[in-house]
Amino acid sequence: MTYINSFRTGLKEGLPICMGYFSVSFAFGIFAVESGLTVWQTVLISLFNLTSAGQLAGVPIIASGGSFVELALSQLVINSRYSLMSVALGQKLSREVTLPEKLFIAYGNTDEIFAVSVSNEGEIGTRYMAGLILLPVLGWTGGTLAGAVAGNILPAIVASALGIAIYGMFIAIVVPIAKKEKATALCVATAILFSLAFKYVPFLSFVPSGFTIIISAVIASVIFAIAAPIKTDEEEQSNG
Amino acid sequence: MDNGKFFIYLLVMAGVTYLVRMIPLTLIKEKIKNRFVLSFLHYIPYTVLSAMTVPACFYATGSTLSAIVGFVIAIVASFFERTLIQVAALSCAGVLVTELIMNYV
Repeated sequence: MTYINSFRTGLKEGLPICMGYFSVSFAFGIFAVESGLTVWQTVLISLFNLTSAGQLAGVPIIASGGSFVELALSQLVINSRYSLMSVALGQKLSREVTLPEKLFIAYGNTDEIFAVSVSNEGEIGTRYMAGLILLPVLGWTGGTLAGAVAGNILPAIVASALGIAIYGMFIAIVVPIAKKEKATALCVATAILFSLAFKYVPFLSFVPSGFTIIISAVIASVIFAIAAPIKTDEEEQSNG
Repeated sequence: MDNGKFFIYLLVMAGVTYLVRMIPLTLIKEKIKNRFVLSFLHYIPYTVLSAMTVPACFYATGSTLSAIVGFVIAIVASFFERTLIQVAALSCAGVLVTELIMNYV
């Protein structure tokens, strides 16, 4: 089994994520300062949370002086997908990765860093993960700072266009694998159908959006884990 | 917002987000062999990202029309396996051009 543990490889693969994050967090910086936070508060939120959807949901709660419980619950629900990703990432890490190193890697387990790291063939190590995490953190925090400072001088139409950037990145992760694996394509389509139903079917649309993402993703993944299980390493070895 | 209260908010928010990522990564030490669990873990990142994108992305810009244009461009660009940043940039450009046209029509 191959073992990937080059800091340089990590940096190289992190660069496009960094650039994508810069544009997305730029929009977040504008949003947070408009909501009433200071520039430095906004930057600290990005540095310590490193999560798009959670931060978008958390800032209005903070700015309106909401309760700590509401803030904690919103983050727990919206970010619960990371716990599933952390389980999968943990399976991908080499046995040589120590506990303190895992404590650091956990901080950087975002949607995109996760998707890029687990798409490698074979096991991955700490040096690779450090390289992969570094630039996206700089991009996310730096973009937030730029947006927080320059947001009010940016034309509204440009800010609006930046709003789609994060979804463009998500699509760029999903489509290539869906093109390659028919079962994954059908699984993704199923998740989207559930997500649409939660939004537009009247008696389902009361469910908060943080929950609908989890429910849609889990139902579709369970259905396809039963109907179209993946090949395990042992089977591949016995077949090949 | 005054800094004292803000730091408590920051601690709560960052603390929950970090624990959600850290606990499963450090507690599950054994390699999972169960085929169902492995299959579930294979599908989950893609279903999460898809459910986050549709329908939320249609409300992410100034108008639904410009968002649909950006969405379609992103699908086409990623079908031809452009990089993350190329897909995001093309998608943003599509939204910008659409909204410019809408402003002048």
